[in-house]
This record gives sequence, structure tokens and C-alpha cells, in this order.
Amino acid sequence: MTRAVLIMGVSLAALACGGSDTESDQSSTGGAAGSATATGSPGAMGNGTITGTIRFTGTPPANPAIDMQDEETCAAKHAGGATDPQVVVNDGNLANAFVYVREGLPSGATYTAPSTPVVIDQDGCLYTPRVIGVMAGQPVEIRNSDNLLHNVKSTPQENRSFNRSQPTSAVVLTQTFTSPEIMVPLECNVHSWMKGFVGVTAHPFHAVSGEDGTFTIGSLPPGTYTIEAWHEALGTRTATVTVPADGSVSTEITFAPAA
Amino acid sequence: MIEAGRSRVSRVQLTIALATCLAAVPGAVLSQEHAGKPVYDKWCAGCHGATGAGDGAAAAFMLPPPRDFTRASYQIRTTATGQLPTDEDLRRVIDEGMPGTAMPGWRGRITSRERDDVIAYLKTFSRFFSGDAPPPVDIGRAPGGGGDAVESGRQVYEQMECWKCHGQQGRGDGASAPTLADDWDAPIRAADLSESWHFNGGSTVEQIYTRLRTGLDGTPMPTFSDAVDAGLITDEQLWHLAYYVRSLSPSPDRAPAVREVVRAARVDDGALPSQPADSAWLNVEAFYIPLVGQIILKPRAFAPTVDGVWVKAVHDGTRLAVRLAWHDPSRSPDPVWDEWLGRMRGLLTDVDGAMPSQQGPDYLVVQFPTSLDEGAERPFFLGGSTRRPAYAWRWTSDPDRLEEGALTGLGSWAPRAGAGEVSHVAAFADGEWALQIVRPLVPADTAGAPTFVAGRAIPMAFYAADGSNGEDAMRGSVSAWYAIYLDVPVSGGVYLAPLSTMLLTAGLGLVLVRQAQRRDRGSARSTSEES
Repeated sequence: MTRAVLIMGVSLAALACGGSDTESDQSSTGGAAGSATATGSPGAMGNGTITGTIRFTGTPPANPAIDMQDEETCAAKHAGGATDPQVVVNDGNLANAFVYVREGLPSGATYTAPSTPVVIDQDGCLYTPRVIGVMAGQPVEIRNSDNLLHNVKSTPQENRSFNRSQPTSAVVLTQTFTSPEIMVPLECNVHSWMKGFVGVTAHPFHAVSGEDGTFTIGSLPPGTYTIEAWHEALGTRTATVTVPADGSVSTEITFAPAA
Repeated sequence: MIEAGRSRVSRVQLTIALATCLAAVPGAVLSQEHAGKPVYDKWCAGCHGATGAGDGAAAAFMLPPPRDFTRASYQIRTTATGQLPTDEDLRRVIDEGMPGTAMPGWRGRITSRERDDVIAYLKTFSRFFSGDAPPPVDIGRAPGGGGDAVESGRQVYEQMECWKCHGQQGRGDGASAPTLADDWDAPIRAADLSESWHFNGGSTVEQIYTRLRTGLDGTPMPTFSDAVDAGLITDEQLWHLAYYVRSLSPSPDRAPAVREVVRAARVDDGALPSQPADSAWLNVEAFYIPLVGQIILKPRAFAPTVDGVWVKAVHDGTRLAVRLAWHDPSRSPDPVWDEWLGRMRGLLTDVDGAMPSQQGPDYLVVQFPTSLDEGAERPFFLGGSTRRPAYAWRWTSDPDRLEEGALTGLGSWAPRAGAGEVSHVAAFADGEWALQIVRPLVPADTAGAPTFVAGRAIPMAFYAADGSNGEDAMRGSVSAWYAIYLDVPVSGGVYLAPLSTMLLTAGLGLVLVRQAQRRDRGSARSTSEES
């Protein structure tokens, strides 16, 4: 009953907004992303694709400058001075948004985590890429191209916290997250400005918007999905899309400056 | 809406799951949790909060804050980073407390059974506690700290860049130190590795090595196991690092002995050291005076920086030289510590008026009674009072100035007219202030200033403040009254008296023997004449 009312509500909202994105009024939690973790049948893969662009309207906030004078190796990698790329907008397109399927997958479907790690590097005392997505159980490989002391600390809510040192590039860390969580933060205490984000989902249907704001989520079975875009400084937006059996649907999700 | 619906479902599921659990677990565990609750509520909740979230009534006055049990993230473990602690790990902290924090040891305060019950109960605060306890990290055996172990450890300290937080001399003054925060965003100090008696997890080499292996979860201190696993350093080198860290403290296994009286040795006339780095100080005995936060008069200091002063003193019969050394990671004011001060202001509850928004100077105050006349009472240890002022030397870091004056209560200050007899030299390096102060034993004006006489204990007390930590003339660290004793000059007569006695005795003996021999010879001669 509740669900029926809800679906109606979502549909109405979607209609009211011209079928495009709706602003989420709730903060993302691992619970939402974890809706598919319940034991059940293996989730089907398909040939459908969501392609999209994350847009940004208005004037993007200025990214804060970083004082790297105590870390010359890193400072040297930022000609003209380092800034913390919290909001990256190119021609109205927003990078570093984590996009994932929040709702619409078959209830109880489970997906096998790939054993291929997703790599995140530390380069110029910044996480590169700044935002990654993995499946719960999939390894994250953390590298250190700076070849100086970083520590990689995380204080998630749904997963266990950890704090590992990485004194040189010879130490490569592998970390897995057992529970879905939007998002797991990474930080370095030697360089307090360093922030990275890992989106952990229960399924493989996630992506991160590139420098041009685009993203692609493939291998989806046909169906109607609620996708959510998360951004570290701008919050979340959702959109509802219907994926055809063998083809793609395109969508656009628009962020505005944080209030 | 959907969330409400979901949570209702999950609550039902939770209830069913809980019921299943309750049916499955042994009754003993349940009763232990049950028994732990009243113990926890009585002894622990005041700081850690009724729900274990670290938000008890007293938490607002504590830095480091009381542990939040809901995340099950614990500093002192024998398990790998990210793992739960073992029951023994929890038990150790409860038994022995956390040195350098407000957490006392509970052995002897509550029974062993109650402590076990509390462990069972506090595990209920976090859903992460389930299933089997994780295995402790195998730390093997200490290879021994002989030979070049300490030097090897020093190299590992360099290579692992421990100094970035802990500083070159380990005093917690590294470049990253002002920015450090714990997992709850509270400002946290990089540990002063030269004060092993404050190590949360204990100061034995095995305990230090274990911390290097496991990290201190919830703090910026990471595990260094990965460096060993990757072959960057050997396990033995990590042990050497532990030996090196241990070597940084004056007496590795215990806090320095606190003695009531600082001894000022007598040196040759005019042989006083010229500055705090003078090599003449090297052979002078150092006395440790512990300092604690001033929490009697408002505004109070609940999380002061300075926790002790090392005092050395000598005199040459006309002047007294005192060398004071204390650890403070910042030479205040220093712009790199602005962020720290801002975070301190944000964290500590404004109970006594807001903390200064700008960094003030560092302070060091040494106070004495104004007079040492027989029967004179010592002034109130917190800067005296109007009725009984204290005579003091007050040094500030910015400007670098030492004044002589009178205190009529902490925070008050009346410079002494015509002063100028007291000289000083201050130096800051690697998270330590060293300050030398020299004053004639007999002041030109004895009104309001004590004459330092040799051969008796002269009361002396200390106050220190770290401007970068929001401290000032009231918010700071204080000591109780201690004393300084100037060695009495040894007069020549002390040696002459026994010597002359010896000579006199020997001379008298000689005379007696001679006389006796003469008598013997005389009687022998008369005997032969008779025969």
C-alpha cells in the first residue's frame, strides 16, 4: 500500500518536473544503496545503457587554494598554485559526481563483486581520481605516486574505519568495503586538505561523471530506474529513467550552487 | 515516505532478528550485559553518555573527548586497523585507564566481575560487535635493543617520515601537527614521544611496537604494518623504531620522579652559565615539576598544552641562575596555529567566557613569597592574593620579555618599580622552550622581593600558558608549591678542624712514645751499672 502510494507520488513528481530530475529531500545513506544486499537470486545483467550528462547552472563556487609549502614535491606538481578541486565545472558540465542506480533493480537480486580492483592514486597530494565507485567486496587499490608519506584514513558509517600509512610509492594498499555506503570518505592527516570519496554499491550499476560531465552506466536489464547523482559539495539529485531492452536512454541531471 | 515505510519494515525485521538472537545466545552473555548496565550508568555514563555516544554531561570539558562507543573504533588494540578490539584489549583500558586523558583506571574501584559486565554492556552500543572476536596481531618477540638498534630506529623514523606529525625530536611539533583531528573532528595532539608516561597504550617496547603495528584507530596515527608487508622495511627495523621511540623519554618505563626541592648547586664565583644552551648546564641535575590545568579560578583551562617543566639551578654565592625547559609545539603566536585555535574555540564549551580569538604569547611565571622571614606564610599558590601578594618573574614570548613584579591573584600583574636586576635568555627549538633567568641573591630593594639565602628551602611555584592553544594569564597550567634550595658554600674551617685534630693527636702520641723510650733506656743503663 505504502509502496503503491509512493510510486504514484514519484510519478507525479516526475510529471511535474517534466520527467527529468527531482531534487532528493533525503540524505543518501548506505541503506538505500544497500536495498539489493538481501540474500536472493543472482541479479540479471542486460544490454541496456544509461548515458547522461551532469550539468551545473549558475556560477560555480571558487575552489579554495591549498598551501603546500611544507610539501615541495607536491607543490611542484601544481604550476600556478594548488587548489582543492571541490567543484569542477567545464562549460556548464560537472565532473566528479557519483551516479548510481538507487531503485528499480529486482528486489533481492544479488550481484557478484568483480575481483578487478578500482585504482585511486595520490598525486600532487590530491586523490586522483577524487571520486570512484566500487561494489561492496570489490578491492580498491590505493597508490602513492607522490612517493612521500601519506596515511589513508577512512571513517565511514556503514563500514569499518581504518587508518593505514603509505610512506613511499612501494607501499600499495588494497582495501575492500563490505557494506554499500554512499559515500565512504578518504582522508590524509599528513595533508589535511586531501579528501577522496568511494561510492560503494551492492551492484555494478554506477559511474562517475568525467571532466565533460558525462557518465555511462551499462549492462542494465530493461526497466525503470531511479538514479541518484551525488556530489561532495552540492548534495544529491535524482532522475527516473526507463531503459529499453537493447538500447540506451539518455538523461541530464542538473545541479545548482549549494544554498 | 518510502523511508518511513522501509524503516517500519526494517524495525519488524530487526525485532524478529533480535528475538532470534536472544533465543540463540547463551543466557550468561545476556545476563552479563544486563548486569553491566547499572555499573555503566553509575560509573561511565557521566562522560560516555547513556547511549555510549561519548556525550555525557562532563564531555564538554574534555579533550580528548570521551570515547564514542557507537562506532566501535578503539585506539588501544592488539588487532589490525579497522578490526574490533578483543575483550582483553577493552579490559586493559578499563583496568589501567588512558594516561594523559581523563580516563582513570578502574581496577580497585569496581570489581573484576563488574568490569567484565561493563565490557559486555558497552559492546551493545555498536552493531559492529557481532560474531567471533578478531585475532590479535602476532607481534613475535622483541629482538633486543642493544647494539645500533636505537640508531637504526632513528633512521626508520626519518624514512617513515614520523617527524611530519611528531617533529624532529618527537615532541609533537611536526608541520602537520596543527591540523590534526580525530575521527570526531576534535583537535588532537601528535603525541609527544619524549613523554612516554603519557602513552595511552603503555610505554614498554612491546606496547610501542604493537601501536606501530595496529595504529591508533580513531586518531590520525596509522598502522605501519603495510610498510613491512611491502618489504619497505623489515619487521626488525619496525622494532628498532619502537626502541628509538622508547629512547626519547628520560626514563622510558616511568614518569620522572617528582621531588619537592630543586637543588641549586654552588659553582665557582662568576661561573654561571650564560644562556640556556650553555654546556655548563649539561652536568646540572634536572628536576621535573608536573603542571596541570588551572581549573579553580575562572576562566579555566581544561585542555592546556604544558604538562611539566624541567628545572635546573645553580648559584655562585651572589647570583642565582635558573634554567626552565618545557614542551610546547608552538612558538606563539604563529599563524600556522590559527586553525588550531579556531577549532579549540569551536570545540570547548564556552563556560567561562569565550577563549581568545587571537593567539597571545606563551607565558612562563615563576613565583616566590615576597619575604622568607621566619613564620611567614606562603601566598595562595594561584598567584597570591591582595592580602598576601607573591613575588614573580613573568616571561612572555611575544615580545620576548621578562618582568619582575607582584601578583595579587592569578592574572593580575604589577611590575616592580626600578626592576632590572633580572636578566633572561629564551630559546625555542623543536617544540621546546628553554629559558634562563638570573637574579642577584640579594635584591637592591628588599621590599616585596625575597633575598635568596643559601641553606634553606625557598618556596617556588610555576605557571605556563600556550598562546596558540587559547591560553593566557589565567587559562594555563599550574604547579603546586615546590621549593628551591641553594647549596651552602663550604668554608675552609670545615676541612681545617679535623686536620689539626689529627696533627695534634699524632704529635702528642709522638711525644709520649719518646718519653717512654727515654725512660726505658735510662733504667736499662742503671741496671747494667749495678751488675
